[in-house]
Amino acid sequence: MSNEELIIKLKPIVANYAQDKLALEQINLDTDFIKDLKINSANLVDVILDVEEEFDIVIDNESMERMLNVQSAIEIIEAKLARK
Amino acid sequence: MDNRVVITGLGVVAPNGIGIAEFRHAIKNGISGIKHNPELEAIQFSCQISGTPPITSEHIAACFSDLELRNFKSTGIMYGVIAGMEAWQDAGLSISGDSEPDWDSGVVFGMGTSGIDKFREAIYRIDNHEVRKLGSTVVSQIMGSAVSAHLGGKLGLGNQVTSNSSACATGTEAILMAYERIKTHGATRMLAGSTSDSGPYIWGGFDAMKVCTYKHNDSPEAGSRPMSATANGFVPGSGAGAMVLESLDSALERGAKIYGEVIGGNVNSGGQRGSGTMTAPNSEAVQRCIIAALKNAGITADQVDVIAGHLTATSKDALEIENWASALNRSGTNFPYINSLKSTTGHCISAAGSIECVASVLQLHEGFIFPNINCEDLNPEIEKLIDTDRIPRVLLNKEINFLAKANFGFGDVNACIMFKKY
Repeated sequence: MSNEELIIKLKPIVANYAQDKLALEQINLDTDFIKDLKINSANLVDVILDVEEEFDIVIDNESMERMLNVQSAIEIIEAKLARK
Repeated sequence: MDNRVVITGLGVVAPNGIGIAEFRHAIKNGISGIKHNPELEAIQFSCQISGTPPITSEHIAACFSDLELRNFKSTGIMYGVIAGMEAWQDAGLSISGDSEPDWDSGVVFGMGTSGIDKFREAIYRIDNHEVRKLGSTVVSQIMGSAVSAHLGGKLGLGNQVTSNSSACATGTEAILMAYERIKTHGATRMLAGSTSDSGPYIWGGFDAMKVCTYKHNDSPEAGSRPMSATANGFVPGSGAGAMVLESLDSALERGAKIYGEVIGGNVNSGGQRGSGTMTAPNSEAVQRCIIAALKNAGITADQVDVIAGHLTATSKDALEIENWASALNRSGTNFPYINSLKSTTGHCISAAGSIECVASVLQLHEGFIFPNINCEDLNPEIEKLIDTDRIPRVLLNKEINFLAKANFGFGDVNACIMFKKY
């Protein structure tokens, strides 16, 4: 899957938690979940659970800690998908 | 000098009315909120009727965002927030802005348990080795202070934010705690109330103890029978009641509508000694609580116009009336009017005290005494103690100056509050 395709899949997931709807519309590789989308930090685990379900992958604790922006999310998802 | 404390806002989620307007109409007209409960029948409860508040998606959407409702499974928090927000708006208060909390306002909102359906879901996941899949809101839904935490966040409250728990006395106790805090200048205004979850996991324990009625599964509206000769157990209910308490000075300064005044009260326990146990009241403690509440309020027993009883529709109703008669030293035709909201709502457990206090304040403010239903066949033990016309079966329009409200709960705990017309 290309980055663009992954972002298209990621967008509706983070949309449930993003407080900044304008930043959500402009989502790109540099978008930060907390700083830009204003996602409550407690909700990051919910984003991760939804990503796991969408892509049928399991994200380990170390990867979870890094998954704070679109760039790292896509790297992690791609790595997990490649190992499937 | 102590602050005088008045009531400036009311909110309610009751089995027979969501919001003050609907609730007022229901209690004045003796409209029952008890219905057959197919879920309880399907899972073989003895009691298959309940007082479940009929909240709609509109009520919920007015108070919760889609994000807040994701994985949300806590009826008690829902009821408490809806009732609390109504009371806050009814008081004409705004919601604190983004940056600064309202340092002078707090909340005491009690419960029996919180988020019991969420708790069940979490336990299944944990036992299935899926702790990592719990999501982020288990704690914020099942912690005892969940309802006050939700309200404190929505309203931006910067004073005390807490939840009390004292079984069926919870709501009345919460209002007394809020009263004390304002009286002693700890806060200018407090949102006070209590809530209870709905459903089999909250009511099952009572059904198992055989304290709920099983004789009215086909006649739900006749099921809750406080003071009746045929009372045979309470009907489980749920909901939330809320009120804004405020210093008189602040209320006058804002030009707020004043529903009435809290002039005092008392809480105590029978210590599960004498006639008291975990589940039965120590009558001496009940009487002491009422007498101490009168003294604290600075009024005499003769001044009480109306008693809003606890009166759950069990065999203990006559004992409660006997305790009131002894504590007030009043009986026969000299006994105050007495009514029980539970005839139309069932027993809303930890929410009972606050919902009944809301009904009490409405009666005081508007000058009426709501009718008791389902006690056309009065318990003869009660008839021996007080004149039957002290138990209104039709709506009475009457000026009330002083109303005494009490609730008694498991743990042998008692709470009695005194309201005065303002």
